[in-house]
Parts: sequence; C-alpha cells; structure tokens
Amino acid sequence: MTGNKDHAALAEVFNKDENRVDWHDETLWFIRKKRDLAVKKIDNWEELRETASQIKNNVLSNLSNYLQEFEAKASANGVIVHWAADAAEHNRIVLDLLKQQGITQMVKSKSMLTEECHLNEHLEANGINVIDSDLGERIVQLAKEMPSHIVLPCIHKKKEEIGELFHEHLGTPAGNADPQFLTETARQHLRDVFLTRRAALTGVNFAIAETGEFVVCTNEGNADMGAHLADIHIASMGIEKIIPERKHLSVFLRLLTRSATGQPITTYSSHFSKPREGKEMHIILVDNGRSIQLGREDFRNSLKCIRCGACMNTCPVYRRSGGHSYHYAISGPIGAILAPNLDMEKYADLPFASTLCGSCSNVCPVKIDIHDQLYKWRQVIVQKGYAPTAKKVSMQAMANVLGSSWKYHVAGKAARTVMHLAPFAVNNKFNPWYKHRDMPEVPERSFGEWYKINRNK
Amino acid sequence: MSSRGKILATVSKNQPAYSQLPDISFLKGDDDNTVARFIDTLTTIGGKVILVETIADVRFLLLDELNNHARKVTTVPLLGDMMEMVNKRLHDPHTMENIDYAVIEADLAVAENGAVWVTEDKLFTRVLPFITQHLAVIVKAGNVVPTMHEAYQKIGDSTYGFGTFIAGPSKTADIEQSLVLGAHGARSLTVFLLS
Repeated sequence: MTGNKDHAALAEVFNKDENRVDWHDETLWFIRKKRDLAVKKIDNWEELRETASQIKNNVLSNLSNYLQEFEAKASANGVIVHWAADAAEHNRIVLDLLKQQGITQMVKSKSMLTEECHLNEHLEANGINVIDSDLGERIVQLAKEMPSHIVLPCIHKKKEEIGELFHEHLGTPAGNADPQFLTETARQHLRDVFLTRRAALTGVNFAIAETGEFVVCTNEGNADMGAHLADIHIASMGIEKIIPERKHLSVFLRLLTRSATGQPITTYSSHFSKPREGKEMHIILVDNGRSIQLGREDFRNSLKCIRCGACMNTCPVYRRSGGHSYHYAISGPIGAILAPNLDMEKYADLPFASTLCGSCSNVCPVKIDIHDQLYKWRQVIVQKGYAPTAKKVSMQAMANVLGSSWKYHVAGKAARTVMHLAPFAVNNKFNPWYKHRDMPEVPERSFGEWYKINRNK
Repeated sequence: MSSRGKILATVSKNQPAYSQLPDISFLKGDDDNTVARFIDTLTTIGGKVILVETIADVRFLLLDELNNHARKVTTVPLLGDMMEMVNKRLHDPHTMENIDYAVIEADLAVAENGAVWVTEDKLFTRVLPFITQHLAVIVKAGNVVPTMHEAYQKIGDSTYGFGTFIAGPSKTADIEQSLVLGAHGARSLTVFLLS
C-alpha cells in the first residue's frame, strides 16, 4: 500500500494539502483538549496513573504465571484457550476454527491485533468474507485502507469522502455527507450483518488472571451485537493484555477513555466470562514478538500500553503527518516504539519521526517513557546500521567534525561565512530540514572567539 | 515444543525481577451527592434519568411511552402484565431483532461515569440491551456508588457468565468527530432511579 517509502516521504505526500493538514491537526488537538478537561475532573489523576503503571510493572514481572492462571480459569469457565507464537499461527487458528464449522462469513469488531497480523487479508485469500463492524473500521475497509489511528480509524477522512464511499458501496444518494444519515445507513447495513453471521471476532481490552474473564470496550455496541448473536465468538489478545485481579479494572477503566477521547467511560464495558449455553467461546493468546520486547530492558515498558491513543492526539508530528505515514498497523509515538521490535530494518525510520518533545509521555495513562524509548531506539538503530542513509551520511560527517577540535573550528567559521554570503546554500528546496523553517541570524563570531576577546575585560 | 511452551519459556526468561503489586484500597470516591452526580453525568452523555418512588410510578410513566412502540419486552416481573415478559433464556436471540423497547433491572450505578451494571442472570439473553431500539433500566438510588472502585468492591467475587457496564445510548463520532447517538446498540437510554 505504501511501498517502500519512509515516514518523511509519506508525510510529504500528506503535507501537499495544507488545509487538510491544518484540519487534521486541529481535530486531534480538539480531542486532546477534551482529554484535559476530563482529567481535571479527577482529583487524584496522577495517583491513578502511577497505580496503573505499578500494576503493569507487576504484570510484566509475573507474566508467565498470570498467563497460566488466566488459561486455567478461562478453561474452567468453558472457554477454549489457544496460543499463537506469531501472526501466521494466529491467522491459521482463526481460519481452522471457521473451517471446522463450515463458516465462510465473519463479523469483526475493532482489534488492532488483527490489523497487526493482517488477518483480513489471510481470511479473504482463503475464501472467508470478513466485515469490520466498528463504523470507522468499516469506512476504511470500504476504502481499502488501514486505520490511521487506533481509536479513531478514519480520522483522516472528510465526511464528503465517506459520503462518496457509502454512495458507491451502500447505495446512499450521491452528495449526501450528513454524519447522522450516514451512521443510520451503516446501522441498517451492519444490523443485517450481525443477524446473519455465525462467527464473530472481537479484540480484548483487558483479561483478568484471577477470574479468566475478559473485557471488551466499545461505544457503538458492535462487539456485543456480533458476539451475542454468533455461534462462535473468537477473542484475539496480545499476551500483555493480562491484569491480575478484577478490581484492577477500576483503575484502567477510569483511565482508558478519559485519556482516549475525554469520555468518562465507553458506552459498553462488557465482561465475558463464559460462553452462551451451547455456543463456543475461544481466546487466542498471541505473542508475535511481545516476549522478545519483554526481554529488551529499554523497551519493555511499551508493553504496558492500553491502546488509548492519547500519545497520537498530542503528538505534533502525528497530527501533522497523519497515521498512514507510519506504515505500520499502530501509528504515532507508541507504534514507533512497537514496530522496530518486529522489524528493525523496515521500521528504522519511525523512531526518527518525533521531536522528542515528551508530550506523549506526559499524557500516557500508564506512564510509558515513550519519548525516551524513541531516543533509545534511534541509538540502537544507528548502531545496528539500519539508520536511513541520508541520516547516516550526515551523522558520520558530524561525528568526524565534532571529534576534532581544528575541524570543528574551521567548519564553524566556514558555515558562518557561507550563511552570510550565500544563505541560499542552506535555504533551498534541496535541503529537507529547511522546509517550513527559517534560519536564525548568523553571529559574527563563535562563542570561542567571543570568549577569547572578552575574557580579560 | 508447542507454541504455548515456547511463549511461556521466553516470557519466563525475559520478564524482569518481580515487582510488587500496589495496594489500591486508598483509591476512593467522594460519597457526597452521588445521585445528583450520577444524574448530571448520564445526562451529559445523552442518557435520561427519571426519579421515581415506587415501581407504580414507573408503570404510570411507561403507559404513555409504550404506546409509541410495537414490540416491548421486560425482564422485570412487576411489569410483566403490561409488556412481553422474558424471564428465561431465549433459545434463539435472533428473535429479539424487532424489539423496540426493553425494560431491565440493574444492581448498581456509578456516579462518576453514568454507567449501570447489568449481569446475565437478570438479562437472561445477553443481546437484549444491545439489540433493542430503546432501553430503560431500573436501579435503586441507594445503589449508586461514587466511582468504579466502589463499583468493583460491590461486584466483589460474584460470578456471572456475562456482565456489562452500560453508560448512555450507543454512539459514534467516527465521521469527522460529529457525535451521533444510535450506532449499533440502543438509540436511547432511560434510567428510572428508585428512591
């Protein structure tokens, strides 16, 4: 879909339409402001964040026990538990479950894990029709795109474009872009889907080791409509979604939506414990690189993520480059620290798509040190030789100059002269750094020279 | 080795040194005005709250409302004579597809987010509160707790096949952040608060 372009090249495409960039930026900042309002209503917000962070630290330190406890409790509840080492195994398990029942159509609610695993493509290639039922996901599915945001999958789309898609695929009148009308159309269309599908797949927000139940949060009610009408409910979850006890849900459910959209809670927080009588419920515990990330001391904190999307809404780079520029299922700052774990070479550009301003770390409800991890990934990526070429060349030159005192002084003087006499040498369209920037005025002399003259005064 | 064995072995090898689970008992809400805060929150997120003294009041208020709907269903025995009573699990939940109005009971409500907690033993059929076009929930005002911390204290270690917090009507803002009520679940939510 995005070919081999890196974040900078993809962002450049997104940046061609300046009005759209401004609109995208403002929409996400509006959501960030809603988050701030919601957070200020909670007296002990910081204690809540700290508690969530500590619970997650405990989870990571005891994950193997919690996974086994969860498996035992869920199995005792009548749920069938599967383990998938990677995306391919996860997809194979889903396909096998459907084939065993002779099912060729499935309805799915939002699951970023299945995006990560490219489940839809795998099922479609094997003759299974999959319909995404979250409105935003249905829209990007009709547009044959990936979600551009983990909570707001079609935040990059204008309503007119959505009206056009609905006209083409769902037969709405051309030119109608009224959100109320389009949502009602989707409701009718998807209700028919819910009523006719024998299999439903959902994601998992939290899984409780103590009880074996799992919680799925939606505003639309699509996960419940799918799961409660199907013969077989498959829930896919990353192994890091475990929390120790039921009461810990209180901490995470208070944090999740306030951080995500500024709502006090999602409309539905559904706790699935046992299958319906005579029906099947399956849970697939998926690793796909998570156990490796757990062993990377500098990056394991990324596994604490509860997928609220607050880091995206606040990120100045995300807001101005769009989710698709990240060319990974999970975009934004958190995606940029998760992706290199899976493929350091392919995603080498992502940790550089940040100003390291730290806003992401400040809003993160589980206190992941996101910007520190981005900085650390840069060092790992450069050391392993995966840095983007332009960056590699300029950094080698810089290391050479900074490593030698005479080269440094000569280079400084030369740069000052060039900027005086020929500012266009830096200030031109061939220098990507200069885009949308103004150079500061160049001083007469370096600090070193100034100090020599002034130290005796 | 099986994937299970491989995953657990790698996790065991890579997980950091044990980190203590924090005590969360210090997290508590404010007990003042919980009912007023519940009403305020639920109203803000698109729900409606009606204060009533007895079930007789609910019956009286429903008389008018029910005239607007074709198929109305309840799980509440005291309303069973005025609506279709569903007090056991339906074999085929798809037959609920044309329900216009449903009245159910909840054990618990939460002031900070406007949610009510309902469990399968009171729903009989899980899909009911989602598939109905409009939903009404009866809950005792004395069961409104300040925050989710008190809510889970009340839920304790009770067992249920399915339980859900419902906060307001189903909604979406996926199209340009325009809020639309009535995505896939109930288009409206009314809570009768029984004093």
